[in-house]
Amino acid sequence: MKSKLNLNWEIVEKARECARNIANDTQKFIDKHTTVAVERTVCRLLGIDGVDEFGVPLPNVVVDNIKKGNGLSVGAAIYIGNAMLHTKLTPQEIAERVAKGEIDLTKLPMHDLFDIKLEVMKVAKQTVERIRKNRETREELLRKYGDKQGPLLYVIVATGNIYEDIVQAKAAARQGADVIAVIRTTGQSLLDYVPYGATTEGFGGTYATQENFRLMRKALDEVSEELGRYIRLTNYCSGLCMPEIAAMGALERLDVMLNDALYGILFRDINMKRTLVDQFFSRVINGFAGVIINTGEDNYLTTADAVEEAHTVLASQFINEQFALLAGIPEEQMGLGHAFEMNPDLKNGFLLELAQAQMAREIFPKAPLKYMPPTKFMTGNIFKGHIQDALFNMVTIMTGQRIHLLGMLTEAIHTPFMQDRALSIENARYIFNNMESFGDEIEFKKDGIIQRRANEVLNKAYELLKEIEREGLFRTLEQGKFANIKRPINGGKGLEGVVEKDEKYYNPFIELMLGGRI
Amino acid sequence: MSGGLYSTERKDYDKTLDLTKVKPYGDTMNDGKVQLSFTLPVPNGERAVEAAKQLVKKMGIIDPQVVYNAALDKEFTFFVVYGSVVHTVDYTAIHVETVDVQTMSMEETNQFIKEHIGRKLVVVGASTGTDAHTVGIDAIMNMKGYAGHYGLERYEMFEAYNLGSQVPNEEFVKKAIELKADVLLVSQTVTQKDIHIQNLTHLVELLEAEGIRDKILLICGGPRITHELAKELGYDAGFGPGKFADDVATFIATEFAQRKLPGIK
Repeated sequence: MKSKLNLNWEIVEKARECARNIANDTQKFIDKHTTVAVERTVCRLLGIDGVDEFGVPLPNVVVDNIKKGNGLSVGAAIYIGNAMLHTKLTPQEIAERVAKGEIDLTKLPMHDLFDIKLEVMKVAKQTVERIRKNRETREELLRKYGDKQGPLLYVIVATGNIYEDIVQAKAAARQGADVIAVIRTTGQSLLDYVPYGATTEGFGGTYATQENFRLMRKALDEVSEELGRYIRLTNYCSGLCMPEIAAMGALERLDVMLNDALYGILFRDINMKRTLVDQFFSRVINGFAGVIINTGEDNYLTTADAVEEAHTVLASQFINEQFALLAGIPEEQMGLGHAFEMNPDLKNGFLLELAQAQMAREIFPKAPLKYMPPTKFMTGNIFKGHIQDALFNMVTIMTGQRIHLLGMLTEAIHTPFMQDRALSIENARYIFNNMESFGDEIEFKKDGIIQRRANEVLNKAYELLKEIEREGLFRTLEQGKFANIKRPINGGKGLEGVVEKDEKYYNPFIELMLGGRI
Repeated sequence: MSGGLYSTERKDYDKTLDLTKVKPYGDTMNDGKVQLSFTLPVPNGERAVEAAKQLVKKMGIIDPQVVYNAALDKEFTFFVVYGSVVHTVDYTAIHVETVDVQTMSMEETNQFIKEHIGRKLVVVGASTGTDAHTVGIDAIMNMKGYAGHYGLERYEMFEAYNLGSQVPNEEFVKKAIELKADVLLVSQTVTQKDIHIQNLTHLVELLEAEGIRDKILLICGGPRITHELAKELGYDAGFGPGKFADDVATFIATEFAQRKLPGIK
């Protein structure tokens, strides 16, 4: 693709280099630590599921038991493997006994470390095989139906009841949606456990549970078959259970996961050490499972100004890219995020949005970019809102965005009605079809508003990245460089769940999924 | 189905405006015209259209015209309907609770506080309960503000603390006492099944239990909040859509001065 923006590629390369150094520097910290969420994920991947008599998920029961015995620094896998050698039971049976107080994992005499790893590896390989099969199934289905070219239409369902969500999701697919996201219930990101089973109550969304994932996947497979189109399923791999959700998604063949390195720190006030360690393992899983991650840069613009802070979006995209590469996620699975969030009263605002979107397209040419619709300046005037969404749709088709979150005319009023979704899909399809090759037909004026804007944002992003490289990511977050939000390094939720690794630490899945980088 | 571009309907009703009998206005006084759109859980077809018409008639709308109907799914049909409402309201008899102050500019508010209160007011705000959305509290409090209206952080005479989102009520009250708050701002953006009402009420109870409710101004805001609802729940004011930081600032300054509140000491 020929650059329309006349970008300074030397600056692009330098900015990328800064981001690489920032990620590498932070990764040193990540590699030395584990968290309760990471260890619960290991439990899940070893087949531990279900709840105890009080409704506490068994992965929590097991990890709490190990933590109480001060064993977390070597990892849950070691204790589960050791217990397997002792009892000849499966990890699930062991977890059930831990729940009943019959086994105390850290009190059992330790077998030889080599034998333990061998024992754990047997089970781990089975799970990894199941995830690999899921990936193959997705690829097969995409081959069978043929993957859609052009933007994927992404809509949300958010009834709170998984069975009602299924009705809405199937209807949306029949209307033309390609990606269904089940919005999570308000507050789930701050739960330090994943609820269990099918759920029918939620606030502003539906609990992410493995059973809910399974039910929705099944429903979408049915409607895919009916329509001859593969309908992708999305959920939210963020919050205090980031890697656990990734594991559940990998096991139930979700296709897209919201998964940002910094989002939880900024917008949910989760401790930064916790999030950075958690995001790494969650991305290792997503990368291996063939899941497209969606990053959350768009959120910066809901609190900070989209014109003035546009460079923070680009800087964060560079950082997210490097963290993703470290976790083994190929560019083709990086749904880097941005948004159409400028004030509609702005003169030539459309040109600035176009510059930003085209710039992201050119700097990250292989990434299936995630583009978010206007939300901040949606007012309740549904008629104007529908037009704001139309302009947003035009930018997508002109700049080749891939994961296109449909704007709803009723944004700022309620979670979408069935008819809202249908009208939005109609709007997008009209524009995508009517303007399909428009982007190929146009060039931007040399040194015009659009070219100048893109280069200005790029330069500012580079300046910011240089500064972050100097200060380090932790310090930068403390100073409020992203989204104007300041977060102290030892503040926020979940810090007590971060543990320094012992040199004997063992997590078989990093090795199996990443090929032994660590 | 529709009447074409030019309306040929008879217009033999009284076309003078009577504020005791107000009706919607389309293009002629008292024509009562409204537009509706909705979905029925039935398959698209003649019967569906008839069902839509009957339903609209039951709403008190005569001559319903289904101008658009389309299947959203096998069992769901979307309608756009126009018609004339038979009902009227007496506009002259309506009384509404509103926050009744002339909004001052930031400079005027600062000046007012200097003259009438003589010290900075401590404002503590948060999006409380499970609500994860900061957009409302940010619009009112952040330095930058929203849509050209500077937030409270920029006001010289406010010491503003934005605690962010998902702040439990207990934590909020604790912080308020610690910071010696004069004013509390509570934002509720996304709510389902009226959880925001429970949450707002719970906060009032906590403040009363701590014995500080009558020392401070307590204000809530959000898309589903009206001043009337806020008063009902025991708040001093409620700010809904279309209200900005300067509206809130003006209310705080004038009300705090007028009631000679002590704040938390």
